[in-house]
Amino acid sequence: MGEKILLKGNEAIAIAAVRCGCDGYFGYPITPQSEILETLSEMNPEKDTGMIVLQAESEVAAINMLYGGAGCGKKVMTSSSSPGISLMTEGISYIAGAELPCVIVDVMRGGPGLGTIQPAQSDYFQITKGGGHGDYRTIVLAPASVQEMNDFVDLSFDLAFKYKTPVVILTDGVIGQMMEKVELSPVKPRWTDEEIVKLHGDWASTGKTSDRKRNIITSLDLDPHRQEVFNMKLQSKYREIERSEVRCETMLCEDAEYLVIAYGLSARVSQKAMELAREEGIKVGLIRPVTLFPYPYGVIEKAVPHVKSILTVEMSAGQMVEDVALAVKGKAPLYFHGRTGGMLPSPEDILALIKSIAEGTYNPGDFSGHNKLWL
Amino acid sequence: MNISDIIKPENKVYGKSGLLLDKEMHYCPGCSHGTIHKIIAETIDELDIQEQVIGVSPVGCAVLAYDYIDIDWQEAAHGRAPALATAIKRLYPEKYVFTYQGDGDLASIGTGEIIHTCNRGDSVTIIFVNNAIYGMTGGQMAPTTLEGMKTATTPQGRSHITSGFPMKITEMIALLPGVVYATRQSVDTPAAERKAKRSMIKAFKSQQLKKGTSFIEIVSTCNSGWKMTPVEANIWMRENMFPVFPPGDIKDETGF
Amino acid sequence: MAVRGAIEVNIESCKGCGVCVANCPVGTIALSRSVNGKGYNYSYMENPEKCTGCTNCAVVCPDTVITVYRVKI
Repeated sequence: MGEKILLKGNEAIAIAAVRCGCDGYFGYPITPQSEILETLSEMNPEKDTGMIVLQAESEVAAINMLYGGAGCGKKVMTSSSSPGISLMTEGISYIAGAELPCVIVDVMRGGPGLGTIQPAQSDYFQITKGGGHGDYRTIVLAPASVQEMNDFVDLSFDLAFKYKTPVVILTDGVIGQMMEKVELSPVKPRWTDEEIVKLHGDWASTGKTSDRKRNIITSLDLDPHRQEVFNMKLQSKYREIERSEVRCETMLCEDAEYLVIAYGLSARVSQKAMELAREEGIKVGLIRPVTLFPYPYGVIEKAVPHVKSILTVEMSAGQMVEDVALAVKGKAPLYFHGRTGGMLPSPEDILALIKSIAEGTYNPGDFSGHNKLWL
Repeated sequence: MNISDIIKPENKVYGKSGLLLDKEMHYCPGCSHGTIHKIIAETIDELDIQEQVIGVSPVGCAVLAYDYIDIDWQEAAHGRAPALATAIKRLYPEKYVFTYQGDGDLASIGTGEIIHTCNRGDSVTIIFVNNAIYGMTGGQMAPTTLEGMKTATTPQGRSHITSGFPMKITEMIALLPGVVYATRQSVDTPAAERKAKRSMIKAFKSQQLKKGTSFIEIVSTCNSGWKMTPVEANIWMRENMFPVFPPGDIKDETGF
Repeated sequence: MAVRGAIEVNIESCKGCGVCVANCPVGTIALSRSVNGKGYNYSYMENPEKCTGCTNCAVVCPDTVITVYRVKI
């Protein structure tokens, strides 16, 4: 067993970054994730590991610092919350286009606009469908506990370098702020320049030496043929990610008659609702997508024939539910329950929803938030 | 004496720097970018720092600068080159890092990034090519466009009433304590080009001091955008740009 | 001591901008009447006997197409 300590989700991210050998963090304060930058500043890892921590002048600068650092082959990371992620989106597109590895943490808050500082899951479309201009995707991991906030940092760097792509840890203000016991990751030293080349090839711009061609980091190719070939290469990378990197947790699905599908915090709340329903003899199962891109369509598709109906719970007005619908393919009734504006779903509400569906008395107007027989 | 007696390797007194690649530049005939690229290549050559240099190219005409100088490059989003440079320098403090940016890139969309990189005093070199117009997009107004100057978006001539004044960004930058060297040069004559090259060498060498940012503006021509011949453009630049953007050192705390 | 110079122009890379012509202090260089493969009137030594090998033309050439040679006589 490794060291176990009580941490906020945001603090866990920061500590995990240092422990997994991150080379640089560039961030800008925004609620509810400023503790990541604050914790790293307090830790001052430059004196121990040499990791750089820098408060940028804006999210725009921060994401472009990531581009610069990633272009040098370094393990670099930033974090922000929804409005800040919107500002970073241009840079994420460039990073995806230049095929650079990096880790971006989005501790979601409600929108649109300045919205609220309270938690939400309404960046799902933006983060999982690319978000910026051009055809690109980012790998998206959705932690549901402080432990996973810790664990997914190292995993994200592994995936980012394996596929030379940005990886987003998509979480929310509750998981960022709540405290849980965490088993810390083992300490990994930062890679030396030689190790980076050995592990991941000699593509980074670190100064052209006489033994290699110059390395150019760019997302530009003005030749239409080459640009299309490049786009096809990107797409085949995403197909490979879809084949190899789907991560998903299923709970009590074997005998389930009713299936709840939710990620992150909504999955934790839904898990409690599932337990309450089971106590009342209603057979509820839960599917929790851990990767939102690649999305576990196959896991859902396999479960659909065995259940009477499906409920998707989100802290949004209905975003992931569109992906669920793609997997369900109309083969079972799909219900949606969403809370927005910083409101959270409650186990009691979800239980009442499931019971009304089971009893055939479902009326969307009976429940708080966004409710709909989706499909 | 025949010409063939003169043109012999042992008599060569000036030729192309080995760091300039053979690829023909895409720039218009007479464009200052080519001359500035040459100065950069010669500077890196003379300081013998090819293995330690990382260049950051902009968006605009010089987006393809990485095709012409034989070093490692990163191509930045519009205006964001200084943010890249900051990160590269922080992660590789011993390397030489420079950005190459036009007036739209540096003084318009990238104003925030340039001010803050200079204010942090990151020991990088900023090369700012000011030709008072957007070249790549077809000759629109830049922040540095002169009053009265006609562009595609100021067809009646720039007026400060609608579009503000030509922005003297190098003077603004020089005020920042993080800046160790701020100078304005040109490359329109052999004397100016040689002087600009001395400034370029100083700017790069200043990175060794780790005392702050070196900033070199080069007042340049865009003869296509200005709708002049290259030679006319150089004359027009001296007569019209220099009064607003006078060449010379604005700040020099390098000590060399 | 007198010097003689000469320039060699990479004709196919010359864009005929004429900056070298304007900056030649002794009137050696002119743009040719014929054109290169791209249709540019490339620069050449119209009056080679005047060249001193001062390098001014090459220094200001944006495309670095001029190589300069000089001998003392």
